[in-house]
Amino acid sequence: MTIVFYVAGAVAILSTALMITRLHAVHALLYLIVSLLAVSVVFYTLGAPFIAALEVIVYAGAIMVLFVFVVMLLNLGERAAQAERALLKPSMWAGPSVLAVILVGEFLYLLAKSSGGSSGTAMMGPREVGASLFGPYLIGVELASILLLGGLVGAYHLGSRNPSNPEVR
Amino acid sequence: MELVPLREGFMLAGVLFALGLIGMLVRRNLIFTLMSIEVMLNAAGLAFVVAGARWGQPDGQVIFLFILAMAATEVSVGLALALELYRQYKSLDTDVISRMKG
Repeated sequence: MTIVFYVAGAVAILSTALMITRLHAVHALLYLIVSLLAVSVVFYTLGAPFIAALEVIVYAGAIMVLFVFVVMLLNLGERAAQAERALLKPSMWAGPSVLAVILVGEFLYLLAKSSGGSSGTAMMGPREVGASLFGPYLIGVELASILLLGGLVGAYHLGSRNPSNPEVR
Repeated sequence: MELVPLREGFMLAGVLFALGLIGMLVRRNLIFTLMSIEVMLNAAGLAFVVAGARWGQPDGQVIFLFILAMAATEVSVGLALALELYRQYKSLDTDVISRMKG
C-alpha cells in the first residue's frame, strides 16, 4: 500500500511538472488529467475510496471536459487541420500514456491484492462521509448549493450574447 | 494496519501546490493560469484528506467535497470569462488583457 502511494505521488509530481512546462494547451491538458488520476490513486491508498471516485468523475471527467471544450473552441480556424495532424504524432501522447500505464498497473496491483482480504489502512467509505456531510456540515451543503447556483447564473450570463448591442461579437 | 504516511502526504500536497503556484506565476496564457489554479485547489484538498485519514475522521473528505464544488464553480465562470475575453481581444495573453481599463 505504501509503495503504491509513493509511485502514485511520483507520477503526480512528474506529470504536474510536465504540465506547467508544455507549450501547447492540449499537451498540458493530457498531463493534467494524468496528474488528477494519480492524485485519485493517492486518495485510495489513504483510505478514501469515495473521494477517489469523485476525483475521477468530477475533476478528470467534468472539469477537464470543460477545459478540452474551450481549448478546442478557441483553436478553430485554418490552423485546426495542422493542429489535428500534430495531435496524432506519437511524441505527443507517448508521455501521458506511459504515466497512465503506470497508474493502470497500480490499479491492477490493488485489485489483485484486495481480493484476498481487507486492505491495510482503515477505509472511510461514503457512509461515514455522508453521515458527517448531512449532519454537522449541513449548512455547508446549503452554502455550496447557493455557490453552484451563483456559478450557473454567472456562466450563463457571461456566455450569452448581449442583446442590447449585438455588434459586440 | 500500517500507519498513513502523514509527512509524505503533506510533502506531496506542498510540492503539488508549489508547482501550481509556479505555473500560475510563470505562464502568460489564461488557460494555463486556470489549470494551475485547479492544481493548487487539488493540492489543498489532498492536504485535507491526508489529515482526515491520519486522525480517522471523515471531516477532511467533507472539506474536499466543498473544495470540489468551489473548483467546479470557479472553472465554469473562469472559462466563460476566458471565452468572453478571447472574443474581445482575440488573445488569451494576460499581458494583452492587462491593457483593460475600467
